[in-house]
Amino acid sequence: MIYMNNIIKQYKLGGESIYALDHVSLHVGEGEYVAIIGPSGSGKSTLMNIIGCLDTADSGEYQLAGKKIGSYSSRQLARLRNRHIGFIFQGFHLLQKLTALENVELPLIYQKVGRRERRKRAKAALEKVGLGQRMGHKPTELSGGQQQRCAIARALVTRPKLILADEPTGNLDSRTGQEIMAMLDELHAAGNTIVLITHDSDVAARADRLIRIVDGRVHEHTSSASADKAALAKEA
Amino acid sequence: MESMSMAFKAILSNKMRSFLTMLGIVIGVVSIVVLTAIGQGTNAAVVSNIEGMGTNLLSVSVNVRRNNPVTLKGLRQMTMSSETIAHVAPVLTSSGTVKAGLTQYEDGSLIATTPGYDKIRNWSLRYGRFLAEPDHDNRSFVAVLGQEAAVELFGSVNAVGCTFTYQGYTFTVVGVLDEIGNSVSGSGDNLIVIPFSLGERLFRSKGISSFYVSATGSDTIDLAQSEVEAYMEKLMSQSTTSGSYRINNQSAMLEALNESTSQLTLMLAGIAAISLLVGGIGIMNIMLVSVSERTREIGIRKAIGATRGNILSQFLIEALTVSLMGGLIGLGLSWAACKFLAPVIGMTMVFSPSVALLAIGFSVFIGVVFGLYPAAKASGLKPIEALRHE
Repeated sequence: MIYMNNIIKQYKLGGESIYALDHVSLHVGEGEYVAIIGPSGSGKSTLMNIIGCLDTADSGEYQLAGKKIGSYSSRQLARLRNRHIGFIFQGFHLLQKLTALENVELPLIYQKVGRRERRKRAKAALEKVGLGQRMGHKPTELSGGQQQRCAIARALVTRPKLILADEPTGNLDSRTGQEIMAMLDELHAAGNTIVLITHDSDVAARADRLIRIVDGRVHEHTSSASADKAALAKEA
Repeated sequence: MESMSMAFKAILSNKMRSFLTMLGIVIGVVSIVVLTAIGQGTNAAVVSNIEGMGTNLLSVSVNVRRNNPVTLKGLRQMTMSSETIAHVAPVLTSSGTVKAGLTQYEDGSLIATTPGYDKIRNWSLRYGRFLAEPDHDNRSFVAVLGQEAAVELFGSVNAVGCTFTYQGYTFTVVGVLDEIGNSVSGSGDNLIVIPFSLGERLFRSKGISSFYVSATGSDTIDLAQSEVEAYMEKLMSQSTTSGSYRINNQSAMLEALNESTSQLTLMLAGIAAISLLVGGIGIMNIMLVSVSERTREIGIRKAIGATRGNILSQFLIEALTVSLMGGLIGLGLSWAACKFLAPVIGMTMVFSPSVALLAIGFSVFIGVVFGLYPAAKASGLKPIEALRHE
């Protein structure tokens, strides 16, 4: 699903170049549930932006679902985000002026799906996340957990190949966070590929595999969930 | 279709601001349409005034000291022999006080002329008759009055048979004219028309110093003018005394007036266009504010797959919708102004569909032009930077 080889991303800071990503190589297979973990400033947000095609690398090779992204135009990238990636953000990123239903419909509008079909799929997605009764509400009328579930519905409605969750529980209390994580577990069980970005090792522990990133370099690359859990336990 | 409903949602979600933005366009369109309506109304009023006097009208003034070669007989011969000249009538004018019993009327405009002058000036009679040949031949003390003169002197419009005095002579009213109204030449309803032969004596003015000629139609006016010119040239060259004459062509005057009023209309429209331009700048201003306010929205839309084109068209359609709605509201208001306000303030306004169309077209154009920059700015935002924006 994701194949990265020697990805470099640099930032200029006061005339000095800083590596946000320093020769990062990683691989995520189809149906995997991977957590990328690292402290703030480690480059995990940059990595997530590149994986999510919101940003492009300075050099290196990146393939998503077998497509080489390097040469893609902004238009092609937009299409790719629209069709193949479902985003779940820390800040939910719902449009405040639209209802839950309209928010979920939005990616389908950009796919030019007809009104009737769009409505049907959006409703189904909202019911799936348990918001069937609150479709006409605006985000401000929903609780944090409900907003995040709405965002998950929006991510799912296009049936993406990859679900990219960036600190999905960061703005939620622990109980609601658990609910959201349980939902991701369910999605994984249903066969979705999930990449989870977090700084919280408890959250990361739910994933099959852990990728640790520090100072722009991928440090640990263990491939068994139990080994990761052991490592986490040791750290704690 | 989808972008259209998105635009409406965005406009409705910020009603006050959208209304204020629209106001600029509304005022612009109203001022364009109403000002040109006033301009064209004025033009139409002036034109109909002149046309009321006859577009087939020539006035000739003769400037000769002594031995005036122009005679009534000669003029009548000229008329008879011409195919383009319909009527000719000499005119003498004077002013003075006329009395009917104890009533004095000082604003009268006395005109001495021959039968046929009524046809030249397109006058029609309310009561009685116009001057006739015997009146002229016999120097009869008869008069035809304008409506104002009749009412002022006798208290009623139907004054046929009544008498009044002028310079001690008693005149009998034989006819009253229909209402003429005021026109640029000033000939209103204060006329007192008497036979030419009588006028020559009473006004102490021997000979024909000015006469009016009407052509058979407005298309033959130029031919008639050259015939009159030829006749006058011949007369003047035969005459022993030097002299000159001048011919005023009504249709030439009409053209000149038309030109000047259309210039005026154009100037008014130009001033109005500036206000529309200001309205457009208002749109750009608001759209730019809206773009920076909605940076996060743009980021979210881009993240979930909106292309540059999607964002561009979203903002462009928003600007267009605002300006088009403003244009339509403005059009409605100015139509109402022409329909209901114009009669109240007593102004002629001509609501012209072509100007209305132009104003709408112009407001759409302004929406596109001034919406383009903010829209381009919005669509050019990078998704990650836009998402990071608070």
